[in-house]
Amino acid sequence: MFRIKGVNGYIEWKGDVLVWLLTEEHLESISIGAGILGTGGGGNPYIGRLRARELIRKHGPVKILDVAELPAESQIICVGGIGAPTVGIEKVRDLQSFSALRAIEEFTGKKATALISNEIGGSNSLEPLIAASLSGLPVVDADGMGRAFPEFQMKTFFVHGASYYPLAVCDEKGNTVVIPEVTSPKWAERLARAATIQMGCVACYAVTPMSVTQVKETAVLSTLSLAYYIGQAVLQARDKQEDPIKGILNAHPGQVLFTGKITDVARRTSEGWARGSVVIEGLDSFSGSEMKIDFQNENLIAYLDEDPVCMVPDLICLVETDRGEPITTELLRYGFRVTVLGFLAPHLWTGEKGLAVVGPRAFGYELDYSPLWKE
Amino acid sequence: MFVGLDVGGTNTDAVLMDGAKLLNKIKVSTTPDVTSGIVSALEQLLVGTDVNSVSSVMLGTTHFTNALLEQKGLSPTAVIRLCMPATQLLPPLVDWPIDLKSAIGGVTYMVSGGHEFDGREISPLDFSELKRVVSDIKKQGIGSVAVTGVFSPVDPIHEQRVGDFFREELPHVDVTLSHENGRVGILERENAAVLNACLRSVGRQSVKSIKEAMFLLGLKADLYLSQNDGTLMDEAFALRLPVLAISSGPTNSMRGAAYLSQQTDCIVVDVGGTTTDVGALVNGFPREASVAVNIAGVRTNFRMPDVQSIALGGGSIVDLEEMTIGPESVAFELKARALIFGGDTMTTTDIAAGAGLISSENSNVMSRIDPDLCEKCLGLIKHDIEELIDRMKLNPEPVPIVLVGGGNVIVPQDLKGASEVSRPEHGEVANAIGAAIAQIGGQVEKVFALEKIGRDQAVEEIKLEATKRAVSAGAQIDTVEVVEVDEIPLTYLPGNVTLIRAKAVGDLDSL
Repeated sequence: MFRIKGVNGYIEWKGDVLVWLLTEEHLESISIGAGILGTGGGGNPYIGRLRARELIRKHGPVKILDVAELPAESQIICVGGIGAPTVGIEKVRDLQSFSALRAIEEFTGKKATALISNEIGGSNSLEPLIAASLSGLPVVDADGMGRAFPEFQMKTFFVHGASYYPLAVCDEKGNTVVIPEVTSPKWAERLARAATIQMGCVACYAVTPMSVTQVKETAVLSTLSLAYYIGQAVLQARDKQEDPIKGILNAHPGQVLFTGKITDVARRTSEGWARGSVVIEGLDSFSGSEMKIDFQNENLIAYLDEDPVCMVPDLICLVETDRGEPITTELLRYGFRVTVLGFLAPHLWTGEKGLAVVGPRAFGYELDYSPLWKE
Repeated sequence: MFVGLDVGGTNTDAVLMDGAKLLNKIKVSTTPDVTSGIVSALEQLLVGTDVNSVSSVMLGTTHFTNALLEQKGLSPTAVIRLCMPATQLLPPLVDWPIDLKSAIGGVTYMVSGGHEFDGREISPLDFSELKRVVSDIKKQGIGSVAVTGVFSPVDPIHEQRVGDFFREELPHVDVTLSHENGRVGILERENAAVLNACLRSVGRQSVKSIKEAMFLLGLKADLYLSQNDGTLMDEAFALRLPVLAISSGPTNSMRGAAYLSQQTDCIVVDVGGTTTDVGALVNGFPREASVAVNIAGVRTNFRMPDVQSIALGGGSIVDLEEMTIGPESVAFELKARALIFGGDTMTTTDIAAGAGLISSENSNVMSRIDPDLCEKCLGLIKHDIEELIDRMKLNPEPVPIVLVGGGNVIVPQDLKGASEVSRPEHGEVANAIGAAIAQIGGQVEKVFALEKIGRDQAVEEIKLEATKRAVSAGAQIDTVEVVEVDEIPLTYLPGNVTLIRAKAVGDLDSL
């Protein structure tokens, strides 16, 4: 499906390639949409948006294109940020994603034709825009999660056979680590994470190029434009004083799992994760019911009166009922009026291979994945 | 005896207190030049009082906020970030309103220095580079500098050394260091430091004018300014960190309400003429906001009370046909324009009278107000206030509610979610009382690797540091108490890296 045509400001590039020229004006919508698709994780979107804005002001709009527009021999490189969000607000990321892109190009001897996002949820969704802005390369309208997840190995690319090595990790000081070979995506995560910590926790990585066929088969498609449409719907609803929830569901089919008020938030940190649960007391048609949601950086399982009704990898997204603003897990607080939205996970996650990496059992739950609804 | 002063946008309130006893209270209109309003308030307040028996004057003021909003008297400021080669994509002042940025000169430098999250240096300081900055600052005639090092809350040494260097090389320039105020989050902490730097001359000016007012009245008392966290700072401290006085108004009313009602954990509803502020008191201090706070269009993360406001006050104009209240208000003209005072405008105060919450002798007017409509309208007010109260709560338990401010008569007694509702006497000057009773505090925030140092030792260290800061700010050492210790684990990091924050407060030395 070619969604980009609906976006304001698409043009023809190099003769016959349709691209969406992503400008400063699109960033607010994208960061709201990416916040919602972040399912509670993905960190503070303010800095990511500001970084993209500065580079777009300096180098002009970024070209976004549909996978169908890619020439057959294209090489597509995935770039992303790795580190701790709490460090990233103090030592702000610079151009590490561009350095990582150049490092992996040099190591593999393959030049990138286009870039792709590793994760559409949260501020990581904007990382390829940084590298794209500096390199002039276009970005494919797709990503490797269709939401947010906390670790490197949790990408549809790797689950469905795209190569996860070599990969390059760069810091802001000019240090580069290339990992030529690893035995599993999980090992790539471990080694890249170790290098990242030495580098001061705001690194970026770039992975060996994928082919067009690989992107078509292993990426979650049209997610950058989806984030834009979702954010647009929220902003338009606010502008016209309409219901933002309806707007979101028009842009992306999903279900209202619950509407209510947060009455309890329990948090604990273990093994470096922000774990916990939030309890919501029902309002309106949900009056008399209660929803509990467990989270580990991202929202994992939603229980309606103790029955699990939505679980990873399906998306559980909390938004402010009045404004449609996404609420990340670190901002959860008693008294917030929230609506819980559920969206089906991209089908690349819901087979056996995907569930082994990001299903309920992968996060320690004795539960079999049961989809939000049957397609 | 001591004097509490609150200079707000509409009114200047003053109270005279002897220990816990309120001796006198005055409300006058704030004057455009501020000083003459203060002089007239103090004159009326101190009639028949021996001025020599007043030992301290505590001032809460909106002056600094107004200076930023009006961009008046701001110091030309140079912003120096110690970060290279990191954290350079988003330079200082990156998201500032253009006019405010140009009002302070917009001069920025990014130089070597700063630390990693675990305390390693990003790069060593380069004093030959700093020498070039110094000569540039001299050339441009800049009066104030703000220095921010990456992760200075973890290790402030680079900021301190650069500060010493500037003080030596540029003796007439004000130096602000970011770690003295503000927390992790470089853009927001740097912004707070810059706001402080550009307010230094305004701070000197306003301290000078209040000292003049005090001199004219023969007051030889010590001067203190209230901070936005409900504690005081002495004159020298206020001259160094004027930014901490921003938004002290709501804090003062909350503290005053706590004092008048003898509650330490409660929700305070402060109903003014045009707006209602609702905040929560925890251990006698306002709970702080957890999200970024915007001041004059500049994003900061320094401590601010968590206050929710709505456009509803004692002077809000009511449309009974449409059943709407506000946001327009007759404000300080209530006594001229409200129906019960013989005016022509239906206000929330008239509704309160119509519903029998307050008595009115103007029965002629009362007969024109439909009691059923009054009940309905009062229901709307009640609903709005209850909603705000609920948003401020951290759990569903009922809490004590304290109603203060001149307009609190419009709020009915039976509020949902309340364990009790009180309206303390003198609540209309709660803000000036809050200024008068404020304590001296010290706050500190640091990142620790608990695997290395151990949690108990880290907590002890931070408590000691907070206590030291309270004492150096002027607190009596034997009254200092640590009132808050807060731990925030940093995710994804090994070694159990945790941010710990502590606050200590004590009684003012001279009381």
